[in-house]
Amino acid sequence: MAKIQLNGKKISIRSNLSILDLLKKYKLHDRKVAIEHNGSIVAKSNYNKKFLKNKDRVEIVHFIGGG
Amino acid sequence: MKKDIFKIANTKLRSRLIVGTGKYKNFVETAKAVQASGADMVTVAVRRINITDKKKPILTDFLNPKKITLLPNTAGCFSSFEALRTLRLAREMGGWKLVKLEVLGDKKTLLPNMIETVKTTKILVKEGFEVMVYCTDDPLLAKKLEDYGASAIMPLASPIGSGLGFQNKMNITLIIKNAKVPVIVDAGIGAPSDATLAMELGCDGVLINSAIAKANKPILMAKAFKDAVISGRNAFLAGRMKKNYFGSPSSPIKGLI
Repeated sequence: MAKIQLNGKKISIRSNLSILDLLKKYKLHDRKVAIEHNGSIVAKSNYNKKFLKNKDRVEIVHFIGGG
Repeated sequence: MKKDIFKIANTKLRSRLIVGTGKYKNFVETAKAVQASGADMVTVAVRRINITDKKKPILTDFLNPKKITLLPNTAGCFSSFEALRTLRLAREMGGWKLVKLEVLGDKKTLLPNMIETVKTTKILVKEGFEVMVYCTDDPLLAKKLEDYGASAIMPLASPIGSGLGFQNKMNITLIIKNAKVPVIVDAGIGAPSDATLAMELGCDGVLINSAIAKANKPILMAKAFKDAVISGRNAFLAGRMKKNYFGSPSSPIKGLI
C-alpha cells in the first residue's frame, strides 16, 4: 500500500501502481487530461513508465468552461 | 475586394468574435450559445478533474476541439508560477501552443498584474508558446508585450465581468495604431454596441463571456454579438464619415421651392 495525494485529497493505492493504472482506476484513461507528478508534467508516453510511491503528489486536470 | 482574414499566430479564424465558456447554466446552453455566436475559437480554463463523480459531464463532450479552437487561459492565476504551471499542463493536454495568458493582480478589480504578465510572456515565448496576452490599456506596455513576442494584445475595456464597456477609447485606439499583431478587446464589454464600437475603432476582434452568459437569454444575446461584431468590422472597413461640428444638409439646396 502507498498513500498519495491526488488532486489535494489523500488516498491509498496499492504499491507499484503506474500513472496509467491510476487513470484506469478512475476511468480517466480515455479522457483529455494532463498530469502533474510531484510538480513535473508527465508526458502521455510515460504514463505506463511512471510508478507511484508513498507521499507522491498527483494532479489530474482537464479543460472546463472559463472566460 | 481583398479577403478579410483574421489570423492569430498560425491560426486562421472565420469569426472575429471569440467567446468564453464560463458562467453558463450548463454545457447545453454553452454549446448553443457558442453556435449562435458563430465563434470558432472559445476560451477554456484548466482545473482539477472531479475524481469522485465519474458521471459528471465534461465540456469537451459538448464542444468538439476538432471544429472549435480551444484557447486555454490562466483565469484565476495571480502569479507567474501559477500561470506557467497552468499553461504547460494545457499544452500537454491539448497538444497546441496557442494560449491566453492572464495574471491577475487584485481579487476585487481583477485587473492584470502587468509586472508578472510581462515576465511570464517572455518565458512562454521562449518555451515556444504562442501567447495572447490580457493586459491593461496602457499603450506603452502593450507595445512592450508585442516586442517580447506576444501573438496578440488583449487590452481590457473595463474590469472582467463588469460590463462597463469602454472607459478609455483613446488608449485602445493608440494600442491599435501601434500594434502589428492583432488587438482583441478582452474584458468589460457589456452590450453588443460596445463590441461594435471596438470593431469600429479598428480592433481585430473581441472576446466576450459575461455579456452573453449573464444575459436573460444568452443564446439570443450570442446572436446579437455575432451581428454586432460583423457590423462593426464592416463599418471599419468601409471607413466612417468625417465628424463635423456644424450641420450639413442631406438634401440638395438647388431647386428648393
